[in-house]
Amino acid sequence: MSETVAVIDYGMGNLHSVASALGKVCDHTIIVTSDPAEIASADRVIFPGVGAIGDCMGEIKRLGFDAVLREQVASGKPVLGICVGMQALMSNSAESGGTECIDLFPGSVEFFGNQLKGDQGETLKVPHMGWNQVHHNDHPLWADIPQDSRFYFVHSYYVQSANSEQVMASCHYGVSFAAAVGYNNLFAVQFHPEKSHTAGLQLLHNFVRWNGQS
Amino acid sequence: MGLAKRIIPCLDVDNGRVVKGVQFVDIRDAGDPVEIAKRYNEAGADEITFLDITASHQGRDTTVHTVERIASEVFIPLTVGGGIRSNDDIRRMLNAGADKVGINSAAVHNPDFVKAASDRFGAQCIVVAIDAKQVSAPGERLRWEIFTHGGRKPTGIDAVEWAARMSDYGAGEILLTSMDRDGTKNGFDLPLTSAISAAVPIPVIASGGVGNLQHLVDGVTEGHADAVLAASIFHFGEYSVLEAKEYMQERGIEVRL
Repeated sequence: MSETVAVIDYGMGNLHSVASALGKVCDHTIIVTSDPAEIASADRVIFPGVGAIGDCMGEIKRLGFDAVLREQVASGKPVLGICVGMQALMSNSAESGGTECIDLFPGSVEFFGNQLKGDQGETLKVPHMGWNQVHHNDHPLWADIPQDSRFYFVHSYYVQSANSEQVMASCHYGVSFAAAVGYNNLFAVQFHPEKSHTAGLQLLHNFVRWNGQS
Repeated sequence: MGLAKRIIPCLDVDNGRVVKGVQFVDIRDAGDPVEIAKRYNEAGADEITFLDITASHQGRDTTVHTVERIASEVFIPLTVGGGIRSNDDIRRMLNAGADKVGINSAAVHNPDFVKAASDRFGAQCIVVAIDAKQVSAPGERLRWEIFTHGGRKPTGIDAVEWAARMSDYGAGEILLTSMDRDGTKNGFDLPLTSAISAAVPIPVIASGGVGNLQHLVDGVTEGHADAVLAASIFHFGEYSVLEAKEYMQERGIEVRL
């Protein structure tokens, strides 16, 4: 019987892209679901998200997905957070007037600011939108992804990890920030692997084959 | 090391077929947007913009279907513009697999729509498309106005002020087309692009007038655009996206290669 990958649907974001990118890299059964039982019975879980963190956390808490996620992570199955999904896994965010998050990773989510400057003193546009280089460590999810590959980002807030050992990749845009964090069976990325062409599909390919050990 | 400037091929689609003509030597069906999008994706395009110019209501269903097919094959960001008038329209395109939607005349008619759309779906997926035309007389301080109906109808709205307002209303990006330059192959309106880019904190995509690769470079270095959009130079095989990127990189612009 083939494996099942559950993409958690809490009404925020374009899950079609994530599901079709997963379909491209494996023969697993891909389900887009908001049913905790289906999530619990899946072999792997993807936790995406776009939009404002306040709205996302509101829906996550209303639907009880914070508890569902904690259980899934505790169960040892591989879990991947994407974009606002990553931010929601941190302790808290400065967005939406200050938002308490799920706190599976110690650290905060900060605003790039309106006066973000580049290395030559130029003003940088916010959101950070487009293809930026990701400097990664040797975690198995980076297998066959060349160092400093470009991934597609779109975000105005960035993750500051409180535990440098959990930073799996970094990116620079006016400030250096965590492009990926992880420990044990949990991994999360700020960029959109489902929109990052070859490098992104490779990361998803690695995730659906990952045994959950770093 | 930093953020790459983006190259965005644009497809004008009518009833599920690319118009304005696209000629790839080895594609038999040159009008199929899915084939063309795949081709650009493989050639290194950073995003694809899909401009729906379908007039009929039934044709819109074709558009949704085409977007679905592109999104299941092309794993780079996809923007769909044309005929986006309500949050329902946006929801429909996002569900079909679009990552962003372009809002043009609906924003002019009802600016609060941009606010509502951004609140509901997030700024990251709201691109406000601006069609601007120079209205200042020679010798006067440069001034541009928003035009609708394909550049035929003036609105009296100052383009720079409009861009700033749309940014305040929650646009995540501005797609700026010079109606004076569109189709001319004389290059972007650089003073316009630069004025808009300086007026907003969000990224600006320059559009209208690209005839050669130097125009793309100028759009970034002189127009301060964050991304450059072009149609015909890529469609007719004059240049490939890869050639464009190599040309830009040789001139010191950071690109994704």
